[in-house]
Amino acid sequence: MARYLIVRLGQALVIVVLVTIITFVILHLLPGGAARATLGKEATLEQLAAFDHEMGYDRPWIQQYVMYVQRLLHGDLGYSFQLNQSVTEAIGQRLPKTMVLSLLSTLLAIVVAIPLGVIQATRRNRWPDYTITSLSLLAYATPIFFLGLMMIILFSQVWPILPPEAPQGFTLGEVLADPAGLVLPTVTLAVVTVAVYSRYVRSSMVDNLNENYVRTARSKGLSEGRVVVLHTLRNGLFPVITLLGMYLPALFSGALVVESLFNFPGMGQLFWQAALKRDFPILLGVTLIISVATVFGALLADVLYAAVDPRVRLRRSAS
Amino acid sequence: MTTPAETTGNSEGTPAQPDETPVRGLWRQGVEVFCENRLALVGLAMFVVLAAVCFLGPLFYHTDQVHTDLAAVHLSPGTDGHPLGTDGVGYDQLGRLMLGGQTSIIVGLAAGILATVVGTVWGAIAGFAGGWVDAAMMRLVDAMMSIPSLFLFMLLAAIVTPSVSMLIVIIGAFAWLGPARLVRGEALSLRSREYIQAMRSMGGTGGRAVRRHIIPNAIGTVIVNATFQVADAILYVAYLSFLGLGVPPPAANWGGMLSDGLADTFSGHWWLLYPPGIAIILIVLAFNFIGDGLRDAFEVRLRRR
Repeated sequence: MARYLIVRLGQALVIVVLVTIITFVILHLLPGGAARATLGKEATLEQLAAFDHEMGYDRPWIQQYVMYVQRLLHGDLGYSFQLNQSVTEAIGQRLPKTMVLSLLSTLLAIVVAIPLGVIQATRRNRWPDYTITSLSLLAYATPIFFLGLMMIILFSQVWPILPPEAPQGFTLGEVLADPAGLVLPTVTLAVVTVAVYSRYVRSSMVDNLNENYVRTARSKGLSEGRVVVLHTLRNGLFPVITLLGMYLPALFSGALVVESLFNFPGMGQLFWQAALKRDFPILLGVTLIISVATVFGALLADVLYAAVDPRVRLRRSAS
Repeated sequence: MTTPAETTGNSEGTPAQPDETPVRGLWRQGVEVFCENRLALVGLAMFVVLAAVCFLGPLFYHTDQVHTDLAAVHLSPGTDGHPLGTDGVGYDQLGRLMLGGQTSIIVGLAAGILATVVGTVWGAIAGFAGGWVDAAMMRLVDAMMSIPSLFLFMLLAAIVTPSVSMLIVIIGAFAWLGPARLVRGEALSLRSREYIQAMRSMGGTGGRAVRRHIIPNAIGTVIVNATFQVADAILYVAYLSFLGLGVPPPAANWGGMLSDGLADTFSGHWWLLYPPGIAIILIVLAFNFIGDGLRDAFEVRLRRR
């Protein structure tokens, strides 16, 4: 296990370093370079040169990259002159809120998707399976913002029980103080996730229901419910843990759209507003942080998978 | 590089077996299975109809989609020869749907194909080369995959002003990661097969192995994946438009029309909201149906072999 952990952690760190190289390259591909991106359109050539010199952007590329990484390690992601705030501070205010939104919708999606997938697998190629598959495809084909809008029309206009806007608040506590406002964004983000997860649970359960141990359990005379829930579901759910990790990039992309639609004050909305204002220090900072969150989220899922399923860590450390 | 010997023999790319069915027979089987799959045919029909309306419709239904007409804004469907009404600057909504559909379909198809081609070549080279080349190439894929794609698209769309061709490049340039992983997996399992080792021992180059054996064998997986890529690309265009980084007017696409329609949600102009929304859902569904049908077709083909 320790060996597996170290190898997996090493891979994650390599990926994080590569991500910093990608953001570093993008920073320098920007028209006018990093100085123009930070100081904005009105800066004079002298100001740009002074900024480049001060930040060390007139030095060789390798040296610049080392300095970039050193600054990152000190938690310095740059400064947004448009927000008049350091990027670290701006992200720090919003990251917890996005994490809560993602976590809530993932939990909701798991709770809904597992029973759906089990129903599909046990009634394979019959009407419950077809119905859920069709609805999943429909959910997958609908742009998230259109789906969210339908939710707003249904639940705050036609049948006004929920507020159409996410809770507004500076801190996480203020946002959590208004749970009603969190419902629509969470559900909207969860719908597509449910479609993806239930499909995965279905195929994993179908695979397991064909295994010998299930036949043994059945021939022992166990009830079908016991076979499905106690024997098959346990094994069928293990791969879903890895899916949680693999799905993170799509989840964060979805959160970007949902936050923009519901005006939820998280990372996605920060990123969106920065994109419209071409605030590159924020854009690159958020991209970097969200990628690091993705890498370590996937790492966590893999480690969790190895922890609950001994077959995995044996197989992987052997290879 | 192409020698006459390479172009002869249509059974290349499959293991030489005495009782082997000819390649064309396999393709025909695939087509048959695809046609037996009712959902796949429905998907194909949906795509053909939508594409015909968007690309041939304007030949019969003439509208001005360049000049705004502020005297005719927000007309209800059916008034003054506008079957679907007009939008906030006086464009005929039905004509605009056709124009927008052209952009959505072209960008979706082109970006999907670009991503598939780049990903296939990348994955095939990585998988076949193996060793540190493979490791380096795939770590780059891992790193790019861990950046959520919509963030990356928006970052790039904020740097360059998007035009139709730019959108294709932006989406295509980052959507190839999925196909690259798929093909690399196939290539890894294929390269140790006897027939490829035999070819190499006869003096065949690595490039030949990739071109003539690995890519043709992985093509089923790749084509299935490509249809899903197209569906995803159409959605990404919609998201970029919604987030304000789509193609600027007078160009149009369904996603942009839909997000413009969001502003009219509560003013009762339903014809600006639902038609583009439903159009997007239909085209994405169509490609998903086609993809599912193709997967069945290729899987059956493999099983019968």
